[in-house]
Amino acid sequence: MKKVIVIGNGMVGYKFCEKLAAHPDFEAFQVVVFGEEPRPAYDRVHLSEYFSDKTADQLLLAGRDWYASKGIALHTSELVTAIDLEAKTVTTHKQAVYEYDNLILATGSAPFVPPIKGADKKGVFVYRTIEDLDAMKAYAAKLKSGAKAAVLGGGLLGLEAANAAKELGLEAHVIEFAPRLMPRQLDDAASAMLQAKIESLGIGIHLSKATQQIAGDEAIARMEFADDTHLDVDMLIISAGIRPRDELARACGIQVGARGGIVVNEKMKTSDPHVFAIGEVALYNDGIYGLVAPGYEMADVAVHQLTDGSKSMAASIDMSTQLKLIGTEVASFGDPFIENEEVAAITYVNKRSGIYKRINVARDGSRLYGGILVGDSSDYNSLFQIYYNAMKLPQNPEDLILGSRGGDSNILGSVLDLPDTAQICSCESVSKGSICKSIEEGTCSDLKDVIKCTKATTGCGGCKPMVVDLVNETLKSLGKEVKDTVCEHFKYNRQELYDLVKIKQIKTFEEALARLGSGCGCEICKPVMASIFSSVYMDTANKQPVIQDSNDRFLANIQRNGTYSVVPRVAGGEISPEKLIVLGEVAKKYNLYTKITGGQRIDLFGARLHELPLIWKELIEAGFESGHAYGKSLRTVKSCVGSTWCRYGMHESVSFAIEIENRYRGLRSPHKLKGGVSGCIRECAEARGKDFGLIAVDGGWNLYVCGNGGATPKHAILLAEQLDDATCIKYLDRFLMFYIRTAGPLVRTAPWLEKLDGGIEYLKQVVIEDSLGIAEELETEMQGLVNKYECEWKQAIEDPKLASRFKHFVNSDDVDDTLEFVSLRDQKMPRPW
Amino acid sequence: MEELLNNYTSVFPDTATSWVKVGHTSDFPENGGACVKHGKLQIAVFNFSLTSKWYACQNLCPHKLEMVLSRGMTGDADGIPKVACPLHKKTFSLEDGSNLNGESYQIATYPVKIQDNMVYIGFSDK
Repeated sequence: MKKVIVIGNGMVGYKFCEKLAAHPDFEAFQVVVFGEEPRPAYDRVHLSEYFSDKTADQLLLAGRDWYASKGIALHTSELVTAIDLEAKTVTTHKQAVYEYDNLILATGSAPFVPPIKGADKKGVFVYRTIEDLDAMKAYAAKLKSGAKAAVLGGGLLGLEAANAAKELGLEAHVIEFAPRLMPRQLDDAASAMLQAKIESLGIGIHLSKATQQIAGDEAIARMEFADDTHLDVDMLIISAGIRPRDELARACGIQVGARGGIVVNEKMKTSDPHVFAIGEVALYNDGIYGLVAPGYEMADVAVHQLTDGSKSMAASIDMSTQLKLIGTEVASFGDPFIENEEVAAITYVNKRSGIYKRINVARDGSRLYGGILVGDSSDYNSLFQIYYNAMKLPQNPEDLILGSRGGDSNILGSVLDLPDTAQICSCESVSKGSICKSIEEGTCSDLKDVIKCTKATTGCGGCKPMVVDLVNETLKSLGKEVKDTVCEHFKYNRQELYDLVKIKQIKTFEEALARLGSGCGCEICKPVMASIFSSVYMDTANKQPVIQDSNDRFLANIQRNGTYSVVPRVAGGEISPEKLIVLGEVAKKYNLYTKITGGQRIDLFGARLHELPLIWKELIEAGFESGHAYGKSLRTVKSCVGSTWCRYGMHESVSFAIEIENRYRGLRSPHKLKGGVSGCIRECAEARGKDFGLIAVDGGWNLYVCGNGGATPKHAILLAEQLDDATCIKYLDRFLMFYIRTAGPLVRTAPWLEKLDGGIEYLKQVVIEDSLGIAEELETEMQGLVNKYECEWKQAIEDPKLASRFKHFVNSDDVDDTLEFVSLRDQKMPRPW
Repeated sequence: MEELLNNYTSVFPDTATSWVKVGHTSDFPENGGACVKHGKLQIAVFNFSLTSKWYACQNLCPHKLEMVLSRGMTGDADGIPKVACPLHKKTFSLEDGSNLNGESYQIATYPVKIQDNMVYIGFSDK
C-alpha cells in the first residue's frame, strides 16, 4: 500500500480524494486527510447561500460517511504543524506523527488583510469560512436595524460578500481601490453596467478609494479614505485578495515563490519529488489561480501523476469565468482586454436593458481572443468554445453578439459542430467527445446517466444548457426519439395526455396509469393529470385529493411553517363593508395574520390544518366561496373602478371584471391565470400585466393576451380591438380553452405564446378567424366547464369523509405542538428558518 | 428545532421492540399519506395501495424542519417508493430514507405491519 497524506480539506483537497477514489488503482493507496476546519470540505463558491437558503450541511461536498465508505481517514480540526522531508513524516498539533510515501499540499489560501490602521477593531471580518460567516451573522444580529456594512474589495468575492451582507439585512457598500469593479475580469464600460445594476438593488459602490484608516472606539464606526472622504459603517468585510498558505512548505525547505506560493512544475510536483501542491497554494508558471476550475484540474493531474502518469498541466491556464453576481449575469473569457494592431474589440452597449457585450476579434476575422458579457451571458458557452477551440468565425463577427439580423439560422451553430476536444464542463473538465461517446457507446441513455457518469454540470452548473443540447442532439443523431415526456411514468407530453384522457374517457389517475403509464406516478405527473381531469371534466380537487399538488390537496396555500393561508374570492376586488367585517372577525377569532394581496383580495395567514374547515364553514355561511388562490387555475380579475365612479372611465370595468371572474372561477389550467379590466387607457388595473386583459376604448374593449408579472415580466399583446361584451367573452373562451388544451405543464400564457409556431398572428387566426375550425368546439367545452362549477370548499365541509383529511393526526385529536409563531408589527408570523 | 431531528432514528423490522397500533387501514388515504402520533414523535404513514405496500417515516422534513411530510405527494422513481415534501418538493426514498435529490440530509424510516385491517408501526423505544 502506498501511503498518501493530503494536507487541507478544502474544495481542491476534496476533489483530489474524489478523483483518486474513482481511479481504478485506488485500492493500492491508503489515504489520510487533515483539515484544520471543524467540518469536511464544503462549497466555498456558493458560500453566500449560507445566509439565504443553505445550511452548512447542504454546502458539504461530501459527508463524513463518504470518506468512511472509501476508507479515507479524515481528521478534521487537526492542524499539521510540521513536515519532515527526510523522514517523510508529518506532525500535527496533537503531536501525532504520520508517515507518507507521497504528500499532497492543498492548504489553499488565507484572505489578505491589507496593513490598514484599525483593521483589528471589532466588527472587521474576513470572508472565507463558515465560521467567518457565523461570526458576521452574530455581530450583525446585535446591530441596530438599518446598520451599514462595507466590503473592502470590489472583486468577484467582494461582490459575493456584499450580497451576503445584504442577505443579513444590512445596507451594503462596496469599496474598491481600482477605478472599476472586478478589475481583473471587466473593462470600464462593463464595470459601469454592472455598477448600475448593483446600485439599483440598493448596494452602494465607491470606486478609486484608498482606505487610510478604520476609525472607531473599540468597534469600527467609519472608514476614512485618502481623498479626505469617509463612510460611516457598523461592520467591515475585507475581501482584498488572497495569500497562499505556504508556511508549512516554507518551514521545511520546499521552494516557494518570492511573493508566496509553492513552486510546482507541470506535474504539480514541488521541489521535493515526493511532495505535490495543488489549488490556490500552488505557484504554477508564476501564477496563483484563485478559481475552482484550475484547482480541480491540478487535483486531476496530481492523481494521474500518482497513478498512470498520463496527464500534466497545460502551459497556459484558462481563467474564463461565468457567474451570477447579485442577480446579474457576468462572464469574462480568454483575454478580456486585448486590443492592438492585430486585434479589434466589438462592443454592444444597451443601457436600457443593462446589457454589455464585448468580443475581441482578430482584425482579419480569423479568430476570437476573448470577451466580456454583462447582463446577459446566455451566449457564454458558445463564445467560449469558439475562443477556446480557435474555431472559424462567421463572415460578420459582430453577428456573434448581435445575432444574425435577417436570416433565421442560428449563428452560433449547433453544439454538434464543436470539435470532440472542446471542453464543455470546465469545472470537471469534461469534453464534448466524452459526453457524446458515453451515449454512442451505450453506457448512458439519457441526461441523468450522462451527469452521473461524466460528472458534467455538477460544478458551477453553467454548462447545463449545452450538455442538455449535446445529449439531445446525440440521441437524435442515433435515431433515438427525444420527447418532452411528462416524467418516467408517462411517455407522453401534456397535450397528448389531455387528448388521450378525453378520447378514452379516462376518469381516474389509477386508470390513467394502467392504460397510459407505468409505476406509481410521482409529484410531477400527479398534478399534471389532476389538472387535465379538471380541465376535461371540471373535477374539483375533492374528487382525487391524493393526486393534487401540495396546495390543492388541502385547498389552501401551504406556508413556511406548514400552516396555511386562506383566500376567499372577492370577484373584481369589490367587497361590501359587511363582508369585510366578517373577514376581520374570522381573522381575529383564529388569530390569523392578514394582508391585502396583489389581486385585490384579502389573505388570512397562519391557519392550522385542522382549522381550515372551521374557518371555511364561517366564511361560506357569510356568503364567501373558494378563491382558488392555491390552484393552477383562475385567480383574480383585477379591476379599476371604471365609469361608475371614475371621472375618466369609459366603461363599467368593475361589473365586467366581476362577470368574467365569475365565469371562469374554478377553471384549472396548465398554470395560474390572472386577468384585469381597466376602464380607460390609464390602465389602473394593470390589465396588460395579466394573462388576459381588457382595456376600455371608444367603441368597446381592446383585448390583450399573454402577459404576466413575476420573474420575466411581459406585457400582454393586442389580440382584437373595439369588441362588445359578448364578443370579448367569446374570444376569451376560445383563447383560454386553446391554451388549456395545448400548453405544457406549468407553462404560463406568455412562454406558451412564445413557443407557438406563428406567434400572435397564428393565435389571431385560430381565435378570430377560426382557421382550425374548432372555435365552436372550444366555446362549447368552455360553457360545459362553466356550467359545472361548484365551490370545492363547500363540498369539502359538507361531506365528513372529505373533511377528514384536515386532521393533523389520524390517531389523536391533539394539535401539532411543534408550531411556533413570533410577533411582527402587532400580528404573528412563523418562527424564521 | 435541530434537536427535534435527533428524536428520529430508523427502525427496521428486526430491531423493532414494540409494535404500536396507530389506526384502521381505512383511516389512511389510498396512494397517499397521513400522520400519526406516538409519544413525542410524529410519524408519516403511507398507503401504497397500487403495490399493496405500506411505509412509515418521520413527519419532519429534514430540509427546513417542519412537520409536513405526511402531506406530501407519493410516487416512485425507478421503482423506489418515495415521498415529495410539500414545501420544496425534496424527495426521499421510503425504503431507506435516503435523499433522492443528491443532498446530504435524509429521513428515518419505520417498519409497518398490517394485521386484521389494523396498522402497526414498529418502534425501538428505550
